[in-house]
Amino acid sequence: MREVSVIGVGETQFGELWDKSFRELGIEAGLRAIQDAEIAAENVDAIYVGNMSAGKFIDQEHVAALVADYAGLADQHLPTIRVEGGGACGAIAIQQAAMAIASGVHDIVVVGGAEKMTDVGDVEAARILSSTTDQEWESVFGATFAGLFAMMARRHMFEYGTTREQLAAVAVKNHKHGALNPVAQFQKEITVEMVLGAPRVAEPLGVFDCAPLSDGAAALVLCSRDKARKFTDTPIDLIGTGQASDFLAVHDRRELTTMDATVIAGKRAFHAARKTPNDVKVAEVHDNFTISEIMAIEDLRFVPKGKGGFATEDGETALNARVSVNTSGGLKARGYPVGATGVAQAVEIVRQLRGEAGKRQVTDAGLGLTHTLGGTGGTAVVHLFARGD
Amino acid sequence: MAIPRFWREIPSRYNLVGSKCGNCGTLDFPPRLVCPRCGRRSMGKMERRKLAGRGTVVSYTIIHDAPKDFDMMKPYVLAIVEMEEGLRMTSQVIDVELGDIKIGMPVEVAFRKLGEEGEAGVIHYGYKFRPAR
Ligand SMILES: [Zn+2]
Repeated sequence: MREVSVIGVGETQFGELWDKSFRELGIEAGLRAIQDAEIAAENVDAIYVGNMSAGKFIDQEHVAALVADYAGLADQHLPTIRVEGGGACGAIAIQQAAMAIASGVHDIVVVGGAEKMTDVGDVEAARILSSTTDQEWESVFGATFAGLFAMMARRHMFEYGTTREQLAAVAVKNHKHGALNPVAQFQKEITVEMVLGAPRVAEPLGVFDCAPLSDGAAALVLCSRDKARKFTDTPIDLIGTGQASDFLAVHDRRELTTMDATVIAGKRAFHAARKTPNDVKVAEVHDNFTISEIMAIEDLRFVPKGKGGFATEDGETALNARVSVNTSGGLKARGYPVGATGVAQAVEIVRQLRGEAGKRQVTDAGLGLTHTLGGTGGTAVVHLFARGD
Repeated sequence: MAIPRFWREIPSRYNLVGSKCGNCGTLDFPPRLVCPRCGRRSMGKMERRKLAGRGTVVSYTIIHDAPKDFDMMKPYVLAIVEMEEGLRMTSQVIDVELGDIKIGMPVEVAFRKLGEEGEAGVIHYGYKFRPAR
């Protein structure tokens, strides 16, 4: 199997971008990544697109061919593949593209992730997000996406003594990081008091415990490692990936406070990379809710089980602490255009490893991790990236 | 969503019919065709089994931001309940003060209207939980 490197990254602004269409977002991110890689469009062998639900958000399916078309590549008749997997679709697209390169079928592949969520109202958007949960045995009984994570949070508080303030500390930290990221949806710091005083969504979670609805896109150019140096002096290697699935309904899982899919995906990625969680200096994890980040840093073994809230409150996951978690601002502050998520996380890690993260640069970042969830944890994907030198 | 989607699940949603694996004896709800623990050894050995309808709250939340179909009910309590048979289910808890709901609370099944579907207003029913009597 051939090794795979990232030779280009690009992303759009994240936020409520009423003047930008889905196709404009996808193309903007893709062209920036191609420009960053200094390749010509003719070098591209295939396009993979992560997208959760354009069919529901904008009534448009068949989006991979659409993006290729509007990127000016229709004449090249490239293979285009759209990947679905709830919030993990972008991360799965990276893995699938990497496998296509590793197998020798392709040399250079563009991976994009995009979602246009704000053309529908908030209630409709929440319903669409809930469609990744079990419709027949969760949603029909009144379970919402936030409600299912709220029950994980409540159980985590019960079992480990996690507090509301510790959940809030996740949001406060990620907003602080977001304030350093020029493409973030929220670039303002918030306080624990603001989080605790915000309107309730699903107790114990309030508005500031939830990632926002966002528009946005991100893209990577992946290349076989043996050819990467032809295009860039700073290739970033994808050194391990892991994907895992689990019971779709939260109530069927072994535990409410551990996501087995994250645990297994993490083990697979670390095993493939021959690294351990202690080697990771910078990580982008799936903080669609504050409790999600706490469970993620535990399930990825950055901290012992049950200590995620305490570690966050103590600043262990802040910028340039023991492990810098969600330096981009995470889903919470950078924004959560669902399909873009896994790819946007990878863009941030590549920037960190190249030393191009500006005010939020992690010093000596040699190994970076991305962690992406589909649904309430029915899918998890972990990627490990390292500097190519 | 089409009416058959609700009609199909009536035996389980009205009568709490799950499945029992003839190989390892584990109960699942809703009924499964293959036991998640035994895989192909369970094929052809999955029997229907009715649940007793009693359990305890494993976790809960109070929903304030509700989907359109549930807007009239908010705020409402949603819980994951571990049934006596060992499996878990998700539904609302009714007839309880919001401040009284607790992890570990014993509950029992009550049949109620779950919601209405579409313009025709087809009502669908199923289980909710209430504090055990
Ligand atoms: Zn069995």
